[in-house]
Amino acid sequence: MNTSDVKVCPIIANHIKVALVGQPNVGKSMLINSVSNAHLHVGNFSGVTVDKTEVLFDYKEYHFTVVDLPGTYAFTDYTIEERVTHEYLCAEEYDIIINVVDSTNLEKNLQLTAELLTMSKKVVIALNMSDEAQKEGIEIDAEYMSELLGVSCIKVSAATKLGIEDLIDEVIKQHTNTEYKPKLVFSEPVEEEIARIVWYLDKHRFKSTNSYRNIAINLLKGNKKTYAKLHDEPIWTELQPILIEASKHIELHHNSDDIKEAFAEEYASFNRGIVAEVMEQTSHHQEKKTLTEKIDSILIHPLFGIPIFLFFMWSLFQLTFTLGAVPMEYIDMFFSWLGNTVGLTIQNEDIRSLIVDGIISGVGAVVLFVPNIIILFIGIALLESTGYMSRVAFLLDGFFHKFGLHGQSFIPLVTGFGCSIPAYMSARILKNDRDRLLTLFIIGFMSCGARLPVYVLFAGAFFPTDMAGSVLFIIYIFGAIMGLIAAKVLKLTAFKGVDEPFVMEMPKYRLPSAKLIWHTVFTKTMMYLKKAGTFIAGAAVLVWFLSNYPHHEALEKEYNTKIESVQTQEKKQFLENKKEEMLLEQSYLGQIGKLSEPLFEPLGFDWKMSVALQAGLAAKEVVVSTLGVLYSMGSGVDEQNSSLVDAIRKNIPLPSAIAFIVVIMIYLPCLAASIVFTREAGHIKYFFYLLGFTSVVAYVMAFLAYNITQMIL
Amino acid sequence: MFTLYDCDRGDKVQVVKLHTAAELKQRLISFGIMKESLIEVLGYAPRKKTMEVRVGKMNLALRDEEAKLIEVQKYEH
Repeated sequence: MNTSDVKVCPIIANHIKVALVGQPNVGKSMLINSVSNAHLHVGNFSGVTVDKTEVLFDYKEYHFTVVDLPGTYAFTDYTIEERVTHEYLCAEEYDIIINVVDSTNLEKNLQLTAELLTMSKKVVIALNMSDEAQKEGIEIDAEYMSELLGVSCIKVSAATKLGIEDLIDEVIKQHTNTEYKPKLVFSEPVEEEIARIVWYLDKHRFKSTNSYRNIAINLLKGNKKTYAKLHDEPIWTELQPILIEASKHIELHHNSDDIKEAFAEEYASFNRGIVAEVMEQTSHHQEKKTLTEKIDSILIHPLFGIPIFLFFMWSLFQLTFTLGAVPMEYIDMFFSWLGNTVGLTIQNEDIRSLIVDGIISGVGAVVLFVPNIIILFIGIALLESTGYMSRVAFLLDGFFHKFGLHGQSFIPLVTGFGCSIPAYMSARILKNDRDRLLTLFIIGFMSCGARLPVYVLFAGAFFPTDMAGSVLFIIYIFGAIMGLIAAKVLKLTAFKGVDEPFVMEMPKYRLPSAKLIWHTVFTKTMMYLKKAGTFIAGAAVLVWFLSNYPHHEALEKEYNTKIESVQTQEKKQFLENKKEEMLLEQSYLGQIGKLSEPLFEPLGFDWKMSVALQAGLAAKEVVVSTLGVLYSMGSGVDEQNSSLVDAIRKNIPLPSAIAFIVVIMIYLPCLAASIVFTREAGHIKYFFYLLGFTSVVAYVMAFLAYNITQMIL
Repeated sequence: MFTLYDCDRGDKVQVVKLHTAAELKQRLISFGIMKESLIEVLGYAPRKKTMEVRVGKMNLALRDEEAKLIEVQKYEH
């Protein structure tokens, strides 16, 4: 039936589009790599992405397009991966399916194969990891298996590139094969019902691209898409009672009220039969402890597991900050050199200011964090590709679950201490939408690296040097605790609902492949640079514009003459700062600050602090430089600048300072992060929820902090 | 009812029935946990909040809540 369709409607004669489908951890990415050595066009290699990857290559007169679909256990549409794969297989145009199975775990892998065999497309089975299977003493008779299933089964090994050509040759052969007929055999009661429906469809000469047998199977197992297709047909009225009877019959046979469960059992017993026929276990070294079990006995030890994990995390952070600090210095030097050099070549003062103070310093601030981010990404890629991450989720799930979070939330949350942007992106590892959204909402509570300068500045201003470090630590911990409480509150209100189950595969430990890690880190870093770079550059220009315009020439002239009239350098500097401050007060930014002052008055903020907070919406680094400008320091300040520390100590009372810190800890993350958040959450409305949620919490907490400290003092 | 949760490290059991809602049932089935399948308990996290089990050749992690819904019986060769 399907073949006649292909003849009527040839796609492009020499083009074969292959959908690569398999369960997770069967080595699909590796296979796609060895299939197409040359002309590789790889979109994404990461384990956390749910995007499809397309690979193009030529082989023997044929153009191949291989679409690598996300790994999926079954078509339950439970996870994003399953949905993406299922949608693609049902709705998109392609010629043939390569079903990649793990030869060392055949029975479980065939569960997905059984579902694929009921689709209208041809299937070729790639028995991957056949070398590993051989080592484990597993012998599979591929020819006999092909005969039993009615589908070609080819032994391959992506690791040793064994059988790759045979596989592609078979795809070409099957592409033109008109005799393709998979054999999927069920128990007697099910076969009876299938026969009845097939007979009925045949009687009415029902038109379809899929075979009657497959339609019957899909109807019986309650496939929604098949139902939708038949629902509008005139034969439906007669078909429906037949189906109801058939379901009852099958459910009775399986002693279950769930037809899907019944079919899963059907598939399982079919697969058991196939495996018993074609597979032979020649040697048994099952009893011996595997390497994975040995490692696990240490890493997920009930007592030492969590301390070991904390040590790993601590090392990662230590590396991020110590190793990352080395190139940071050079990047910083490079950008100030670039700013100066470029500045000298530009005559027009406005344009120079725009490029040097706006774009170069803004982009520089982002590029500055690239070393930290690369180190963090490498660490996370290692955690992911070795299989350790599942173990940590296993260890932490009990604790996280108390706060309504999922064990796997920990990776995004920990990443959030570095930078919120990769944290939002890594939240994709959470399969369930509600869990992922909840995690996305509280990532902001983990104070990111860019907020550190603000904390350092204020801790230095109000606390003696030996205490400042502890204050910093308290700020971070307090943020994390608030995040957990916020998670609990959100779980009880906005994300209320049944707890999502925690059922997760613990994959075998694998040595990470350097190539794969490099790909992951490289693509993610480029993404960070591209996304954050463009938005930060834009925001920097905006802040620059708002703080420089409108020009107030009269005021500037007045101060310039004053500055010339005084003699000492000190007085000149004082007037220079005063001029900056007056000009700023006149600028749009100053006007915004004045306008929003009443709003922030209950928190004890003056207009300058309000402006700094609003500038921080663009990027948290901007808060310190804005405060510096506003408190008459000129724009070239950083958190080490002792005179800014003095100015803050003099101008800001302690309660206001604490309230200010609280707002910085909680309120909306920077512009770039907000955009990534919106993208990851999937809808603009979530951005407004986040805006509302963080603003309200920040305001209330800051209000409390301000008034409580005032009472105590 | 004797459930997976009541098992100890090293126990080998056979599933009798899944007492879960349809969605979780599908999830468990896709991992190979269904009627008659064999499960070996490998270990658990602190306070038995999460369990690690082996089904076929795959290792799986489950929450206590889920384990309490899987009725099993001791399996003897």
